[in-house]
Amino acid sequence: MIHKYKLNGYNIVLDVHSGAIHIVDDTFYEILDVITDEKGNLKYTDLNECENEVLKHFEGKVSKEDILEVFGEVKELIENDVLYSKDDYEQYANMMVASPIKAMCLHVAHDCNLRCKYCFASTGDFGKGRKLLDAETGKKAIDFLLKYSKGRRNLELDFFGGEPLMNFDVVKEVVEYARSKEKEYNKVFRFTMTTNGVLLDDEKIEYLNKEMSNIVLSLDGRKEINDQIRPAVNGKGSYDIIVPKYQKLVKQRGVNEGDYDQYYVRGTFTKHNLDFSKDVMHLNELGFDQISVEPVVSPEYEDYAITEKELPRIFEEYEKLAVDMINLKKQGKGFNFFHFMIDLEQGPCAIKRLRGCGCGNEYVAVTPDGDVYPCHQFVGMEDWKMGSVNDLSVDFEKKDYFAKSNVYGKEDCKNCWAKFYCSGGCNANSLQYAGDVLKSHKISCELEKKRLECAIMIKAAMAEEE
Amino acid sequence: MKHIKTLNKANLKKTATTGGCGECQASCQSACKTSCTVANQKCEK
Repeated sequence: MIHKYKLNGYNIVLDVHSGAIHIVDDTFYEILDVITDEKGNLKYTDLNECENEVLKHFEGKVSKEDILEVFGEVKELIENDVLYSKDDYEQYANMMVASPIKAMCLHVAHDCNLRCKYCFASTGDFGKGRKLLDAETGKKAIDFLLKYSKGRRNLELDFFGGEPLMNFDVVKEVVEYARSKEKEYNKVFRFTMTTNGVLLDDEKIEYLNKEMSNIVLSLDGRKEINDQIRPAVNGKGSYDIIVPKYQKLVKQRGVNEGDYDQYYVRGTFTKHNLDFSKDVMHLNELGFDQISVEPVVSPEYEDYAITEKELPRIFEEYEKLAVDMINLKKQGKGFNFFHFMIDLEQGPCAIKRLRGCGCGNEYVAVTPDGDVYPCHQFVGMEDWKMGSVNDLSVDFEKKDYFAKSNVYGKEDCKNCWAKFYCSGGCNANSLQYAGDVLKSHKISCELEKKRLECAIMIKAAMAEEE
Repeated sequence: MKHIKTLNKANLKKTATTGGCGECQASCQSACKTSCTVANQKCEK
């Protein structure tokens, strides 16, 4: 299967199953038009028949000699298994089954000091009342992870909320407890935090930069955009409070090296700021070079919701952002935009790419009560509760259900060209908005595909520079 | 080749036989928490 498209003056061909990406000239591209069916597969099993069709198509337009030269290159790629390469991954489906639980989203606070209008957690309490995690339950969450991670060495724990800094002392106790177990259990804990930054101060900044391998700092971009949708409890905007704190944290974090220098300033865009590339650029102008700005996911009835109607405008904006980023990169002023980051050489293995997001299988969320859910987006949906850290229980039937939600378990995904890059999408979105974790959320899919096209095009543009 | 330029080594199939150790980051833990993007993750090997 191939996926081919034209963007920003480039003719781009992705050979899906080998992962090869080719930039081709117009004649080559037109040949592919002739010999590719609507699913992206080669129309002909016999290459001689294929050649005859191509010659017929170009007769009177391009000389036979020239066409045979280009077609020779098409044939060479096919023979080298980097064009229309076969899908022989289904044989690995047995590797995409139950995994040890090695990643956890720990909800240290079901409470928040902001009132973001699009919050999926109902302003922080997930519809279940405001509550903080106590240290004892936090330590049990670590015990749970130590038990069910089995042979996995690298364990991940994201301090999440609500707003996790509202329960900072417990964060510190949980980290200390986990670190005290690393040697005995031969594990490495990688802590991360997702915070709105309001409560950051010098002490917390120093601590987080020392202990968190990644910090996700929420901020939506321009002041008027951020403050309209991310007000504090008193209704006032949060921008002026948090921006200087983020700048300080990132500046100090810059001296870290290796695993502990990662951070993202992460925003959400909605129907109200479809010109979100300006927000990305604004974040960069504030001095941030690791940026993620993502589309809101919500029911269609919300006034800020992104629906199919908004897609063409968003596609245009992603393309604009990609071109702007290329221009900056060429001036040596490039920055990372999370959804345009793509590793064409040393990225994750095919098994990882096909395994799915991992929710409910290798990744779980734990509430302040110690309840275990498949992920943070499922928290509060009683039917999906799948265990408790209090008695170290796991509903293995549910876990197996999620283990099967890999790319080859999803009809919509297994024949999609983007399957190796999105891993089947977000299961929680699929359940909430498509009615089934094994179905796909079309709007998310369309956005992901556009972002991938842009990401690959950026690679093509930068390769031209080399 | 005069009419194409290939940007990468295209070793995806090879990684299917050598990969699957499960030590890399869970994709949702990276930055997004509302979508799933896996191609920007790092291999731990």
